[in-house]
Amino acid sequence: MRIGVLALQGAISEHLASLQRAGADEAVPVKRKDDLQGLDGLILPGGESTTIGKLMNQYDLLDPIREMAQAGVPMFGTCAGLILLANRIDGQDWVHLGVMDIFANRNSFGRQRESFETDITISGLEGKAFRAVFIRAPHIIETGKDVEVLAVVNERIVAARQGHLLATAFHPELTGDIRLHQYFLDLVKNAQ
Amino acid sequence: MEVGTSRVKRGMAEMQKGGVIMDVINAEQAKIAEEAGAVAVMALERVPADIRAAGGVARMADPTIIEEVMSAVSIPVMAKARIGHFVEAKVLESLGVDYIDESEVLTPADDKFHINKKEFTVPFVNGARDLGEALRRIAEGASMIRTKGEPGTGNVVEAVKHQRTMQAQIRKVQMMSEDELVFEAKSLGAPLDLLLEVRKLGKLPVVNFAAGGIATPADAALMMYLGSDGVFVGSGIFKSENPAKTARAIVQATTHYQDYKLIAELSKNLGTPMKGIELSTLAENERMAERGW
Repeated sequence: MRIGVLALQGAISEHLASLQRAGADEAVPVKRKDDLQGLDGLILPGGESTTIGKLMNQYDLLDPIREMAQAGVPMFGTCAGLILLANRIDGQDWVHLGVMDIFANRNSFGRQRESFETDITISGLEGKAFRAVFIRAPHIIETGKDVEVLAVVNERIVAARQGHLLATAFHPELTGDIRLHQYFLDLVKNAQ
Repeated sequence: MEVGTSRVKRGMAEMQKGGVIMDVINAEQAKIAEEAGAVAVMALERVPADIRAAGGVARMADPTIIEEVMSAVSIPVMAKARIGHFVEAKVLESLGVDYIDESEVLTPADDKFHINKKEFTVPFVNGARDLGEALRRIAEGASMIRTKGEPGTGNVVEAVKHQRTMQAQIRKVQMMSEDELVFEAKSLGAPLDLLLEVRKLGKLPVVNFAAGGIATPADAALMMYLGSDGVFVGSGIFKSENPAKTARAIVQATTHYQDYKLIAELSKNLGTPMKGIELSTLAENERMAERGW
C-alpha cells in the first residue's frame, strides 16, 4: 500500500509520520505529476489552501489528481485539504479539485486568536473521544446526498465521508492519535 | 474548547511550512503577495530597508495599516512589536492579527527582557542567531523561530550563518550525554529541558524559518537547503523592479528548492533586485541582529 502526501506546502512531515505509524507500507511526498504514479491513496494536508491551490495549478496537478479521485483512488483532506476537495466554496465562484459534494466555508471559526482544540466524537471511530485541533479552520455548511456526516462541533460539520473521500476541518496529524489515518488506510484497503 | 494552547499556537506555524511570508505595507501589496502564493503577510509601516534608511526609533505600525491589510486578504496576517514591548503586543492581539513577530527590526523597548509570550492567545515568532537564543525564546513562549539574518540588506550571508550555526549546534547536542548537556545548557544559556527535547527530536521543538536578507529565488532555495522550514522575505520583494514576478518566483523556488533547472527558469528576467548592502560597510550599531538578549 503506497500512500502519497501532497507536499507543496503545509504540514507534510506530520502526515507522513502518522501514516507510517498507522501501518502504511510506504508513505511518500508528492511534488510533481510523476510522483502520483502507483499511488493507492492520497492525503491533501493542512496549509494555506490559497497557496496550495495556486501551486497545484502551476504544476498541472489539478487535472491528474481530480481524475484519480474520479477513478476511485481514496483521498483524505485535512483543513486546507477539505477546501481543495469541496465542489462549492462559500464566497467564491471557483473551486480547486471540486470532487467532493460538500459546501465549504473557509476560516469559519475566526482568526488564529479563536483557534482551539477540543474533544469530539467521530462516527465510526471506537474508543475514547478524539482530540481535534482547529487552526483557522473551515467547516462544511452543507453536504450532498451521498455524503455521510462523521462529526459536528458547535452545530458545524467538521468531518465527512463520501465513499472513498474523507475530509476533516481539524488536524489529526498534530496529535498522536492515528485512528483517522487507520480509518483512511481501511478505505484504501477496501478500494483495492 | 481551549484556545491559545501550545499545540494550537505551534500548529499554526506548522501550517506555514514550505511557504513564504512576505512583508507588505498596504492592501495593494498584500493582494500581490496573496496572488503570488504567500502563506502569510507581515503588515508593516515600512519595510526593513526603509526603516534602516529612515533611522530614528522604529515602532509598531499604525493599526490602520494592519486593519487595511487584514481586510484585504484571507491568508494570515502577522505584525511586529518591539522587543519587550508587552503593550504593543497586546494591542496587536486585540486587533486580531494571527501572529506577532517580536522583532529586532524595530527599536527594542526593553534592554534586558523579552515579552512573556505565554500570556498571549496569539502565537509569537522570534528571531535567533543560535540554538541558545532560540531556546530562550521558546522558553518565553515563542511558537516559531526564524533566523535573524541582517534585515533590510538584501544580503543573505547572516541568515546563512545563523541557520548553519543552529543546525551544527543541534547535531552536536544529539551526540551528547545527559551530563554533558548540563554543561552545554550553561554555555548556550539555554534551558536543559528544552535541550533534552532537541536531542530527542533532532530539531527545534517549533517550526524554524529563515529571515533577514533573502532577496532572490536562489536565496530562498539556499535557506531551504540548509534546513529552514520556510522563508520570510522582507524588503526583497517590494524593493525589486518586478514585485509580482519576484514574489511568484520565490514561492516556487521555496517549494521546489532542489530543482535547479526550475530555479534557473524562475530567475530569468526578474529585473533589478534590491541593491543590497555589503555587511562589512555596516557599523556595529547599525546591525539589527545584535538586538535581543
